[in-house]
Amino acid sequence: MPVKVIMTAEDIRRTLARIAHEIIEHNKSLSGLILVGMLTRGVPLAKRLAANIKTFEGTDIPVGILDISLYRDDLDSREFKPLLNSTLIPGDISQKTIILVDDVLYTGRSTRAALDALIDFGRPHAIQLAVLVDRGHRELPIRADYIGKNIPSAHSEEIKVELTETDTIDQVAIYPAQEEGQ
Amino acid sequence: MTTWHEDGSTLVLPPKAAVTASAWRHHHILDLDDFTADEIELVLHIADSMKEVLARPVKKVPALRGRTVMTLFYENSTRTRLSFELAAKSLSADVSNLTASASSITKGESLIDTLLTLESLGADVVIMRHPQSGAPNLAAQHIKGSVINAGDGWHAHPSQALLDMYTMKAHKGAVKGLKVTIIGDTKHSRVSRSNIWGLTIMGAEVTVCSPPTLLPVGLREPGDNFPRVRIEPDINKAIAGADVVMVLRLQLERMQTGLLPSMREYIQIYQVNEERLKLAKPDALVMHPGPMNEGLEISSGVAHGSQSVVNEQVTNGVAVRMALLYLLAGGKKA
Repeated sequence: MPVKVIMTAEDIRRTLARIAHEIIEHNKSLSGLILVGMLTRGVPLAKRLAANIKTFEGTDIPVGILDISLYRDDLDSREFKPLLNSTLIPGDISQKTIILVDDVLYTGRSTRAALDALIDFGRPHAIQLAVLVDRGHRELPIRADYIGKNIPSAHSEEIKVELTETDTIDQVAIYPAQEEGQ
Repeated sequence: MTTWHEDGSTLVLPPKAAVTASAWRHHHILDLDDFTADEIELVLHIADSMKEVLARPVKKVPALRGRTVMTLFYENSTRTRLSFELAAKSLSADVSNLTASASSITKGESLIDTLLTLESLGADVVIMRHPQSGAPNLAAQHIKGSVINAGDGWHAHPSQALLDMYTMKAHKGAVKGLKVTIIGDTKHSRVSRSNIWGLTIMGAEVTVCSPPTLLPVGLREPGDNFPRVRIEPDINKAIAGADVVMVLRLQLERMQTGLLPSMREYIQIYQVNEERLKLAKPDALVMHPGPMNEGLEISSGVAHGSQSVVNEQVTNGVAVRMALLYLLAGGKKA
């Protein structure tokens, strides 16, 4: 059971609406944008942001899927190898502005892997990072351009984003420390 | 595979795989007889992701950076060696190739000494082909790294069987329940042996059609040495209703050693040609592990016809071998 619910379904909805507005404000032209969701929960978040931008501005933003498993720097130290899934990047990303979407920004290592993976697909004009939760504890010089909520946390706690597309409810909660991460 | 739609509205999450990576428990890949259906399914699932990597502008991912893969071939090979080499390079492993004819093996160095040399040079994975059945099993007992059998004598060629099943699954959705007919020299064919194991483990119905002299003795008595298959000497009956027709290469020396009376007779009785292929299901796949003797075991029309997936088998081979290398060397170092 979660120790504490930090964001409810309504909080998540409003936050994603705000981030969509920030993306619109920050990028003068929406035509060169691509939203890329990092598996697993970045993908539904990217889709929801695309739907919001469509509602607010009437523009369709393509959405891609990124699996970073093959780019991880901790493959050697994991007991089990991650099960791979397919990456799907819509078209040529050269000269496009990519908005990378993830659920939680923590050490920054997943983002580093995602940047490496994206650059193998071409030379984008820019890459921006949108996260629903920033929990601190960065180990690499990486920061997000769009942040849903800053949640100062202890290393031992687990912050879990749950979304209806992948779980049963929309919710962000802190769970007590577990033996092994999810 | 996930499909892409321009507006993003119909973009769906990749389906959850029926298996998890924890199903994997192999350190070597010697044959498929000790594989479970889950393990084979896992290889096919990961191969799907690898196929996506091979379709990218930069066909390289860093998963095996710093790992050393060595190929040790005591027999000639075009596609298997190239395919393994490309697979290892696409995963950023360092690859070295050793061909027996151009090495100290010609000076009399033994197999085990050669393997220990490769180990001392830092091989994490040794990919090995040898004319003697069981040589990779011996190798696996002497080195700490992983051994992948790339074909040993008449015994096994597991990566070929896996890429064959991957190709079947890509076209038919699943391997389970498929009617697969294997035609030709099953006795001397390591490809057919590994396929018979893999296909029966996955729940396909296997029919074997071979001249009596080219049929493995053990196949008539299923048990520990072979799983249960249907033996049908009449090629027309064997092909009838098949989903997959797998043709094996006929080695010409079989004629010289008296196992077959004449090439012309073999063509007449066992060649897969257009007329015979009509007996299979209309959407049946034609497969051949290569190299083909066109006009002998397979007619040119069938070999290059619309039902042939021979070239696709070669392409899929790289993805499947990437999956094997990833599973053996991609995780924690032993």
